[in-house]
Amino acid sequence: MAEQGALPSIVSVESLTKYFGSKAAIDHISFEVPQGEVFGLVGPNGAGKTTTVKILTTLLPSSGGSARIHGYDVSRQPGQVRRFIGYVPQALSADGDLTGYENLLMFCKLLGISGTERPRRIQEILEMMGLTEAAHRRVKQYSGGMVRRLEVGQAMLMRPSVLLLDEPTVGLDPVARGTVWDLLNNFRQQYPLSILITTHYMEEAEALCDRVAIMNHGHIAALDTPAALKAGTGKPEATLEDAFRYYTGGHYEEEADYRDVKRTRKIARRLG
Amino acid sequence: MTSSALARSPGASADNTPEARQESWLAVWLRGIAGVVELEVRKLWHDPTEVFTRAVQPALWLLIFGEAFSRLRAIPTGGVSYLTFMAPGILAQSMMFISIFFGIAIIWERDLGLMQKMLALPLPRSVFILGKALAAGVRSLAQVVVVVIIALLMSIPLRWQLVPLLGVIATVMIGAMIFASFSMILASIVKTRERFMGLGQLFTMPFFFASNALYPISIMPPWLQVLSRINPLTYVVNLLRGFLVTGQVNAPADFGILIAVAAVMVILATWLYPTAIY
Repeated sequence: MAEQGALPSIVSVESLTKYFGSKAAIDHISFEVPQGEVFGLVGPNGAGKTTTVKILTTLLPSSGGSARIHGYDVSRQPGQVRRFIGYVPQALSADGDLTGYENLLMFCKLLGISGTERPRRIQEILEMMGLTEAAHRRVKQYSGGMVRRLEVGQAMLMRPSVLLLDEPTVGLDPVARGTVWDLLNNFRQQYPLSILITTHYMEEAEALCDRVAIMNHGHIAALDTPAALKAGTGKPEATLEDAFRYYTGGHYEEEADYRDVKRTRKIARRLG
Repeated sequence: MTSSALARSPGASADNTPEARQESWLAVWLRGIAGVVELEVRKLWHDPTEVFTRAVQPALWLLIFGEAFSRLRAIPTGGVSYLTFMAPGILAQSMMFISIFFGIAIIWERDLGLMQKMLALPLPRSVFILGKALAAGVRSLAQVVVVVIIALLMSIPLRWQLVPLLGVIATVMIGAMIFASFSMILASIVKTRERFMGLGQLFTMPFFFASNALYPISIMPPWLQVLSRINPLTYVVNLLRGFLVTGQVNAPADFGILIAVAAVMVILATWLYPTAIY
């Protein structure tokens, strides 16, 4: 699904820049996500992936450049932008004190989905996410994979044009990670929805994405299909990780600070 | 997979669905506030332990501090027993204690990612502050019930009529909104739980003691009187004491001041709240 030049861009980012103090977290990055594409931002912690997603979801103001979703500018028309996005943040964001059903119900109410429409939509999401049985259990008792599925379901309730997933499988065990991948792969086959996903797992990018932007130190070092990125290295059996090393000219270096590490560990602990 | 309903083109999706109907700004706003309040109340409903543990504190103040100080007769109470005098003060205090730590939920929800998800919803940001501030009010109403029960058990004579009680409820709601918004402002600025707890403790003490909750302003030295008069808790206590004890209430002035302070706090909190995730 990579060559879809005719389809409109759902996400278009041009020269987007974000400074924290004097340090550029993202530095003049540009990319487009056409309708129906699964687009990956790949790179180590601290590469600028989460910052990019926070700007696209209108949570963080940018320092320069522009980003548009569905034609609306994220800094000038944030209210419009929020009508078209479904966002699953990196940390676990479903409310543990409520049941899965209540999490969905409350989102319906906040989104203004009418009382007659609600039961149908909640049912639909529960079935799609395989959570019908667990619907009336408190989210506290869910496994990590179930929480993630519920969160993706919440984001899908309002039928967004683009789903933004920030590190959707960080801290999940391989089995749970597989379930989330299957779910997302099902989506892309069935809906014309665009998905923007950030990950530092190369195999995840390979399993899910039509196109991948390799990010390092706030720059996009390379942007293409996973196959083309690997082929570009000149080695026939190259992995995406090799490609990363090739394009960034360095090694896969974590730039995470103490706060990042603390956060990642906390998520991992909550997932048990 | 029940995909049919979801499988529409993205361009059409957001325009045809009910949530994209041209709702008036006010309708969206009220719906958002109602949603946030319901969310908070549901959480409380699932785990009401806190309601009970919080009930202990006002009981102890009235039982131990109140009983002991009644013997002193050193505080001019305007002709009523000291217990009667201080009961409204203790009600105001327990409302404030609950509300002033309400902001820690913001730090908690920020760490969890709940806040990020909420802020990405198509709702004006003021709904989260107003919804949470109102939820703090609902939360504090539980304290009204507790103090009323304790007062009945200790046979503290208070004015048990409908209109004064409605006045008490309104006062507690507005007071809780003020201190909860103040708390959310602090949380948005300090951003970590440790610093927030320290500051919360730091603020509760002057708010409580530099007010007329335990003694009338008239016995204070002049500088403390000034402090008490700029303390919103003083106006909360004025109203509560008026409704429950003296029957003399300067409602327009006291409510006017409290509503103005609440408006300023809510506006400041709305402005600062999204910066908690930076």
